[in-house]
Parts: sequence; C-alpha cells; structure tokens
Amino acid sequence: MKALITTKMKTQGKAGAQQILVSFSATVFALALGMLLIYAIGFDPFSASVAMVDGAFGSKNAFGETLVKMTPLIFTGMSYALASRCGLTNLGMEGQLYMGALTGTATGIYVSGLPAVLHLPLTILAGFLGGALWGLIAGALKVRFGASEIITTVMLNTIAISFIDYMVNGPMIEPPGINCQTQPVRSSAQLPNLLSGTRAHWGFVIAIAFVVLFWLFLWRSKRGYEVRVAGLNLSAARYSGIHTDKNILLVMFLAGGLAGLAGCNEILGIQIRMIPEISPGYGFDGIAVSLIGNNTPFGIVIGALLFGAFRAGGNRMQIRAKVPNAIVSVVQALVIFAVVASQMLLDKWNEYQMKKIHRQESEEA
Amino acid sequence: MSVILEMENICKQFPGVLANDCVCLSVKEGEVHALLGENGAGKSTLMNILCGLYKPTSGEIHLEGELVRFNSARDAMERGIGMVHQHFMLIPTMTVTENCLIGDKEGNAIKLDRKEAGQRLKELAERYGMEIDPDAIVGTLSVGEMQRVEIVKALFRGAKILILDEPTAVLTPQEARALFKMIRALTDNQFTVIFISHKLDEVKEISDRVTVLRQGSVVGTYDIDQCSVEELARLMVGREIRFDVIERRQAVGDTLLEVNNLSLHRQQSSEGKLLDDLSFEVREGEVLGIAGVDGNGQAELVECLTGILRASSGEALYQGNDLLKLSTRDIMSKDVSHIPQDRQKTGLVMPMTLVENFALQDYYKKDFGKGIFLDWIGVEDRSAKLIKDFSVKTPSTYELAQNLSGGNQQKVVAAREISREPKLLIAMHPTRGLDVGAVEYIHNQLIDQRDKGVGILLVSTEMEEIMRLSDRIIVLYEGRAMGCVRPSETTIEEMGLMMGGRKLDDIRKGRVKEAPVEENIM
Repeated sequence: MKALITTKMKTQGKAGAQQILVSFSATVFALALGMLLIYAIGFDPFSASVAMVDGAFGSKNAFGETLVKMTPLIFTGMSYALASRCGLTNLGMEGQLYMGALTGTATGIYVSGLPAVLHLPLTILAGFLGGALWGLIAGALKVRFGASEIITTVMLNTIAISFIDYMVNGPMIEPPGINCQTQPVRSSAQLPNLLSGTRAHWGFVIAIAFVVLFWLFLWRSKRGYEVRVAGLNLSAARYSGIHTDKNILLVMFLAGGLAGLAGCNEILGIQIRMIPEISPGYGFDGIAVSLIGNNTPFGIVIGALLFGAFRAGGNRMQIRAKVPNAIVSVVQALVIFAVVASQMLLDKWNEYQMKKIHRQESEEA
Repeated sequence: MSVILEMENICKQFPGVLANDCVCLSVKEGEVHALLGENGAGKSTLMNILCGLYKPTSGEIHLEGELVRFNSARDAMERGIGMVHQHFMLIPTMTVTENCLIGDKEGNAIKLDRKEAGQRLKELAERYGMEIDPDAIVGTLSVGEMQRVEIVKALFRGAKILILDEPTAVLTPQEARALFKMIRALTDNQFTVIFISHKLDEVKEISDRVTVLRQGSVVGTYDIDQCSVEELARLMVGREIRFDVIERRQAVGDTLLEVNNLSLHRQQSSEGKLLDDLSFEVREGEVLGIAGVDGNGQAELVECLTGILRASSGEALYQGNDLLKLSTRDIMSKDVSHIPQDRQKTGLVMPMTLVENFALQDYYKKDFGKGIFLDWIGVEDRSAKLIKDFSVKTPSTYELAQNLSGGNQQKVVAAREISREPKLLIAMHPTRGLDVGAVEYIHNQLIDQRDKGVGILLVSTEMEEIMRLSDRIIVLYEGRAMGCVRPSETTIEEMGLMMGGRKLDDIRKGRVKEAPVEENIM
C-alpha cells in the first residue's frame, strides 16, 4: 500500500506540466474569444463575465451550485475517459446515467426498513449496477458481433430515455398518478447536505473518491495497465497475451457504472425523485470534460469545474447582463476546440523537437 | 522492336535511404520486361516513379522519344502508363463497370452511361482472352478475377504500358497460368508489359528481357534466352556477402522445439496455404535461421508459434506442450521470448514510458507486484538496470518510447525479451532499419544467448544476417520449406535459387547431372 502512494512514478513530470500550461492558455484564449463574441453581438463583455463568475463563485450559494453541477460531470467525464483509455468510444453516458438513476430510485423507494448506513450504500451500488449493465450490453455486442460501440451506445441512449419515460408515467408513477414523477426516495437513501445553506451534497465527495479509484485502477493496477496497453496498441496487447475481449467487457461495465452513478447521485442528492428529464445533457458534456482533461483524473476534475461553473454562472449572466444563455454553449464549444487543437499542436511540436534531436545525434555519430 | 520507354539515371532519395541510385531502364515496345530483385532493391520505387506516384530526385523519363514529367498518376495514365498494384485499388461495394469509370474523364459529364461502358469493357476483355462480368460487384469476385478487373481497368483508360507489381503473389498456380496467357495476348497486340517479381521461374517463363536490381542500382539488363535461372539467382542476390561466421563456444544440445507438419490455410479460400507442411527442430544453443523473401509465410510462422494465429494443422512440441494449442500468455510464460518483427507496431507501446514498456511481458507475475497492483518501484529499478546493461540511450527511465531512436527502441525490446531469461527466443527481423553499430550490438546479444544454451529461431530477410548468425538455415517460399542448409555448406547461388522457389534437392540433383554446365556459369 505504501508503494502505491509514495512511488515516484512521475507520469512524465515535465511533459505533464507542459500539458497543463498549454491547456490552460488555450482555455484563456477561448474565453477571450468568447468575450469578443459577446461584444460583437452588442453586449458588454465585462459585465457578462462578472455576472458569470459571480454566479459560479461569488457566494457560498453560488459555489454550492457549481459543486452541484460539477458532480455528475466528474462521473460522466470519467466514464468517457475510461472507455477512451481502452480505445473505446462510449457515447452512451446519457442512457447509462438514466438507467443508474432508475435503479437507484427504485432501490431508494422500494427497499424499506434498512438504516441509512446500509440503505444509502445499497442504493448507490444499485445505481452503479444499473448503468454498468446498460454499458455492458454495448460491450457484449462489440465482443460477440463486432458491433461498433459508437453506434450501439447511441441507440441504447434512446431506448433508456424512452424506457424511463414509460416507467415514470406508468409502473413507478407517484400515486394517485397526477404528476408524471415517482414518489420521493426514502430519507434513509438520501445523500446528506455538504454545505449548509446550499444544495451541495455528499455526492461530490463520492465523485472525488471515485476519481482516486479511477487513478488507482488505471495507473496502479495490473488490470488497468492492460486496459491502457490495449487502448494504445492492440497489436502489442495481443503480442503480450492480453485478453482484449475480456477487457472490453470490463471497461464498458465500469464506464457504464460511472455514468450510472452520475444519475443516481443526482437523484439521491438533488431531485429526490425520478422525473422524465433528469439530465440536461450531463452525459454528452462528459465527452467535453474528458477531452479537456485529456483523460487524466486531475484534468477531469478541472474540466468538470469549468463546465460546472458555466452551467451555474450562465443563468446569472442571462439575468443580469441579458446575454442569452446560448452564448454559454458557444463559449463551451470554443473552449473544447481550443484545448483539443492545442493538444494536437503540442504533440506535433514535441514530435518535431524529437526529430531534430535524433538528426543531431545521427550527424554526430 | 523499337524502344518505347527510356528511364535515364533515375535517383530517388528518401530520408536516410537512397532507394534508386542512377537507375537506367530501357523497355521495347511489345515486350515483357521483368524487373527482378530482392526486397528493398528499388523495384517498386522505380515503378512508382514511372506511374507518377513519386517524383524522382533526379533523372529523366523518355516516352516514345519524348521527355515527359509526371506530376500525378493521372498524368502518367494520360500518357498510357497503367499500373496494377499488388494491393488492388478497387472499391468492393461497386460493380466492375463503376470501378473502371472512376476517374474517367471522357463521356457524359452528368450521367454515367453504365450500359455503354459495360459493353465496351466486355469487348475489351474478350479481345485479350479475358472473361469478366461488367455488372458483378467487385467484393464478390475471387482474387484472380479482381486482378483481371484491374488489368481491364488500366486498358480501359488507355494504358499501352502495363506495370504488374508481383502479380502472382496472390494467385493460385492455375490463376497464374491464366494470367500469363493474358499477358501473351496483350504483347501480341503491341502492348508492353513490365513485370515485377522475385520469382525466378516465373521471370524465366514469361519475360523477354530482364533487368536485375540490387540495393537500388541496376546490375544489368539481359535477354532471357541468354540467362539461366541459376545465373539470375546469383545476379539477384549478389556475391559480396561477408562470411565471417561467428565462432561457437559450446556444442548444440538437445532438441528444444520440434515442429511437425505445420500448416496454415488462407482464411478466405481453403485452397491457398500460407504455411504448407513445415517440419523442423530448434535445439538448445543453436540458431535456426528462417530465410526467404518477405511475405513467404515468415510472419505467419512466428504468429502460429506464439499463439497469435491458430494453425490449421500440425504440432509444435516444446517442453512437453504443443505450442499450437496454447494461448499467447501460456506460451510466453514457459520461458519463451519473442522479438516481434515490428518494434513500433507490436514490440512497444509507443506513447508509454520505458518503465511501462519494460513491464509489458511480465506485469502479471508476482515479481511485478503482489495482488492486483503493480509494483512500479520494482519495475523502475529493473528498468534502470536494463537501460544500463543494454546501454539504451535515453534521457530518463520515464521517457516515452516514441521519443527514442529506432536503434534504442530495438534495444529496449531486446533487453526486455532477453532479460526474461528464455530457453527459446523467437526473433523476427531483429535488426531491420538499424545502423551498423546497433546491428552489431543486437547480433552480439543473440550470440551471447546462443552460447548460454538458448535455442534461437531467427527470421530475417537479410542474407548477411542469416548467414552470419545461423547454424542451420531453412528457406521459405510460399509457405513451404525449400530446403535446410548449413551456411558453410551452401552458396549464395543456392540460397538465391531457393528464395526464388527451387527445392534444394532439385538444385543439387541438377548440379550432379549438369556439373560441367554449372561450372561455366560460375
């Protein structure tokens, strides 16, 4: 255990710092571009930015709101990143999130008589499993029939969302059946408040705990090593005797479970009950979060913070500076573009530098 | 026959490689002109220059006496030069007619006249004794038929000079015979065919003249009637091979690996075999070399022995196990090491650090961490030691593999595989693309292993390497063993003949019979 933590495994120490610096500059650049855009369509970029920052970090309540929006994004970001590390593209976070929310809600409502210390973990586990099994379907289809997970996960999204619509309007509707929502989950299954006076809940702590697990799995465990090898070089994986099919199943299971936790935590911490549209696109924002974070644990937290702040501050900006909220989406897109492009440029630059060094070496020799 | 094509002093410089060095080629109208040479002799480069895909660094091309410059394949096509590549350039989901119409500038600009074009294709094909169905979907055709489509496509677009790049490599003997008939029909009608090959019998059978290339330069152009197959073999492989076989310090031990009747069928058609009834043994402290021109089953042999491919039949006995029935993981955990043919695609995970790459083969073992976690501190110590022992030049143990030079990358692979202390070492192209110093280093490592009693299966297309390191050599040709020789008891000519598809027994029998003739040639 000591070796796990103290090891000086500097995952490319200098390169990492360089990466962070470049991503950060790209984000600043994109934000500046966004301000220019706000100015161009006739608003005051300065007051808009102030309103945005104020709405995201200006008060305890605002910060709490940012944490609330961050929590599901951390989970879906990890979900996409995990699949991505194995060379898979999981576009099914939205569906897995819904399925996790459903199984979590069901366990929260229908299991009774347990103390919170048992009921809450059980409910969270159910939420994980709901998403995990939904993700596993796509994994199994890929391994068994070679079906592209890019297609199947998107199709499974539609099925999941429609299924939840049916469950909330039908079998699970709150008696007597006037509002299309379920009854609230039992108080023993609700996540306690984290910051009094805000909506922030313990789901955020759980998310951070899972970020640590995510790191431990991918960079410290033998199985995680296999996953990364297969994701980067399938031929090398086969050469070393890695069972790639088994890893695809495992990764889709875990990735689905992480997205499921996003939905489950949202129910247990915020909504308390299931409604048809619990996610305002958390699943898809997970892709962006993962891209910005370059599939690293730290990067995902930062990416989620950025996008959480956009979500929390966007409303304030709309109310106070009258800038339409759609601008936030545009700025988000700019950030994604800038960060991804800067990472590509960085790779090219490094490659160029290396070539130069090798040329010098061979000339000397 | 008048000269239709003249390539003068063509040079082509790739980064680090001079692929063509002042090559001159003169082709007469209506002849079959063969280009003969080993891998990397520069045949394909020369032809890619002729058909407009590459631009020469220097040199001129004269077509029918006129200086031409091709900027694209389309330019070459317009001047009547068509190439049939080894890997077909066809779209499998389209019909034959549609494939031939791609890039065709004549005809109606808006509507594709499939019917008319199909009719023309059919007539064209029939005129030269070929049969094609213009409406067939290309994906449903056999390999031989696809090749016919490629030829007709070139003719349809007005090719007068047809370049065929190793056309028989993908064909069955029957299909090859049909192809030769087609070629004859074409040359009878004033078409010119340039035929790229390394198969000697074929060249002898089909061509009128032959130009032999070796290491980027022309050895010479000869009338085929004045060359024997033996002479061609000698010209192709060359004389100047060093024979400084390294002294061995230890006697060869017991049999380590015994392969019996190993066969592997081509997946699509059961008739073709990638490996055909191979039997051999590797003994302790012995290097068994597998020679041959690239693509004659070497990669498949190694993949079968390491559990990556499943052999169709046969057995490979090693320590009481049949390797052909085990998984890669099981094989590699039984003291077998494998230096794969491509260090960048297979041997290393390029975007990972050296430390991570050193763990690739053994990460699951207890030595690399108990339980489910890896002991990275231990791996780092191990890596630092290997980097030192094998003098890998790197800024740090945490450098990414992709940032190392080719020689150092190969040292990492070799260090990892040798440090596993194997009993059987399978090494494929262990020095491909390395500079002289690195080659020497890897060779010495292999020899060290041999002297420690390790059995080595060395697969290489480098004649020098094979001759220098091996105790015995098996030459593969189209998945079959042409013969097994000792380096000290064979000649370059014999090796060349085997690489070109002659069996050792036939060669030696022939020599006894026609000994005087043979003397003349030598």
